[in-house]
Amino acid sequence: MDVAYFDLLISVLGSTIRLSIPLLFTALAGLFSERAGIFDIGLEGKMLAAAFASAVAAYGTGSPWIGLLAGVGVSVAFSLVHGFASITNRGNQIVSGVAINFVTAGLTAVLGNAWFSQGGRTPPLGASARFGEIVLPGAEAARDMGVIGHFYANVISGHNILTYLAFAAVPLSWWILYRTRFGLRLRAVGENPGAVDTAGISVTWLRYRATICAGILCGFSGTYLAVAQSASFITNMSAGKGYIALAALIFAKWRPVPIMLSCLLFGFLDAFANFMQGKKVPGIGEVPVQIFQALPYILTCILLAGFIGVANAPKAGGVPYVKER
Amino acid sequence: MSTASVPLPNWITYGLLPLINLVVAFLISGLVVWFIGEDPIQAVTLMLQGALGRGEGIGFTLFYATNFIFTGLSVAVAIHAGLFNIGSEGQAYLGGLGCALVALALDNYVPWYVTMPFAVIGAGLFGAAWAFIPAWLQAKRGSHVVITTIMFNFIGSALMVYLLVNVLIVPGKMAPETRTFLPGGTLPDLGWLIALFGGKIGAAPFNVSFLIALVMSFVVWVLIWRTKLGYEIRTLGISPSAAVYAGIPYSRTVIVAMLLSGAMAGMMALNVVMGQSQRLQVEFVGGAGFVGIAVSLMGRNHPFGIILASILFGVLYQGGTELSFDMPNITRDMIVVIQGLVILFAGALEYMFRPAMVRAYQKFVKA
Repeated sequence: MDVAYFDLLISVLGSTIRLSIPLLFTALAGLFSERAGIFDIGLEGKMLAAAFASAVAAYGTGSPWIGLLAGVGVSVAFSLVHGFASITNRGNQIVSGVAINFVTAGLTAVLGNAWFSQGGRTPPLGASARFGEIVLPGAEAARDMGVIGHFYANVISGHNILTYLAFAAVPLSWWILYRTRFGLRLRAVGENPGAVDTAGISVTWLRYRATICAGILCGFSGTYLAVAQSASFITNMSAGKGYIALAALIFAKWRPVPIMLSCLLFGFLDAFANFMQGKKVPGIGEVPVQIFQALPYILTCILLAGFIGVANAPKAGGVPYVKER
Repeated sequence: MSTASVPLPNWITYGLLPLINLVVAFLISGLVVWFIGEDPIQAVTLMLQGALGRGEGIGFTLFYATNFIFTGLSVAVAIHAGLFNIGSEGQAYLGGLGCALVALALDNYVPWYVTMPFAVIGAGLFGAAWAFIPAWLQAKRGSHVVITTIMFNFIGSALMVYLLVNVLIVPGKMAPETRTFLPGGTLPDLGWLIALFGGKIGAAPFNVSFLIALVMSFVVWVLIWRTKLGYEIRTLGISPSAAVYAGIPYSRTVIVAMLLSGAMAGMMALNVVMGQSQRLQVEFVGGAGFVGIAVSLMGRNHPFGIILASILFGVLYQGGTELSFDMPNITRDMIVVIQGLVILFAGALEYMFRPAMVRAYQKFVKA
């Protein structure tokens, strides 16, 4: 293989990983929520709120870990609002999610501007207040050791701790959902809450716990955006990633391992679009970047139309549970 | 007995409860303002002055309200059919393409009042076309319309950027926008209407689209409550299985309702593209499609309620802009917060105060 092309491929793959991490955390968040029968359009907003909270806390304390804690805390708080509206008050879950997206988009900008007067930005974080890159053992030595070594050094190694946690969260989510009692009940409550209720298990509490799980994971993705990938919060920095994650979740048909693959695919499309910007393809000319931007959504619509297998959503999704009629 | 099944008089359900929800949303917004160290009362005063104090302010308020009437009607028509159309934003964006093409084709030859009906049709058709695929997917393949319309917002946005950057752009210019329409492709302002009340319109882009919006509100009212199609749409919205059992064709009704919804959203473009900027620009919708959700919820999906709610949101938008000049600490994003809180309390938490209200009402009736 041509060395120059290989280096390009490695760099595109490296940025694929970086771009798919926020999608991965967020899509897993959606997995917990939607598998329990709670639609979550508010993923985007929770991510944004977490990004803001983590940037502010990391700036204030100088510790990325406290930033992460703040991000998770704020995100969980919004999850509880979503739960209060859609579980306790049996409100419309879509409406509640839309509301959370609005409130967080506005609130982060207003507070950011009022506190720091930098047009909604938070002050830049120093290296010690961020999650830095981790060089895995042997990466330096492997750099010159052929294709695999190169791949190990530049694609696998050199990411921050949250990246590795994101990939660890995939088997963990699988294990929780498919191998624990909590997971079994969570999946059951998304399919047939009546049966779960009959078994004497609280539907309300189970669904609250599922939304809290979603909040925690959105907290991680928001923190990744502001404290790991960038060094500050920027207004509306989630920029639709919550919706792409939602698309990835559906594209993966609500299953953990396919979620990882679809997030990597959508991340790759994003990285490839950046790479292709302004480049000409022989015989076709310049390919518009908008095609790559729209592709995740187009693919998801085609999937939803039932042309690539069937995407069966959790049966009780979006329906508030009423105990006695 | 559960409080959910106790009937309440209409003035409580449609008057008092929404009012309480709205007041709570505004109180929390006030708390946010107070939290960042400004005086909420003064903020409200400045907002009202900015939005309603002068003719120009009123012009801007009604200009924004026009956008929200269209998108509110769009969301409402779909909700009556039991469909949640989150895609008004994208449908309005594509509607802009429709009316811009009409304006570009005709502005050289005919006066504005000849262009206008074609532009209305163009905007409506393109908006409806963008709603068609999600509608078809919902009707025939059972794909959730909420998800597909979200996807289509993003696809529409990518498509429009591509068209503006590569196709519709004026050669040699940098800005991704069409050429400015000649007077034959624009909608004139309603300065005379403001002058009727003794104000001056100034720079406000308040234009004929407002009247089109009022006509469309009436059309939607007739359609939903006075026609067979409207009856079918409402039946489907209340109970799809009953509707199918009664012989109402599911697929056709879903698709027609979504096309109407898309057409309403598309017409929103008339106001901005032909009335205000007089050219097609990137991101001209600016979130009005989502405001439509808030407006429709607040207006209880009724055209009259939607007009009132749209004017309220017009006041918020115009007042919020003025406020951000007077109180630099409160940026325009505050409007987005208020909007979100209104959606939360008037929409998702709409029944939060109902149990308490039922108890209070029962005590009141017994006494």
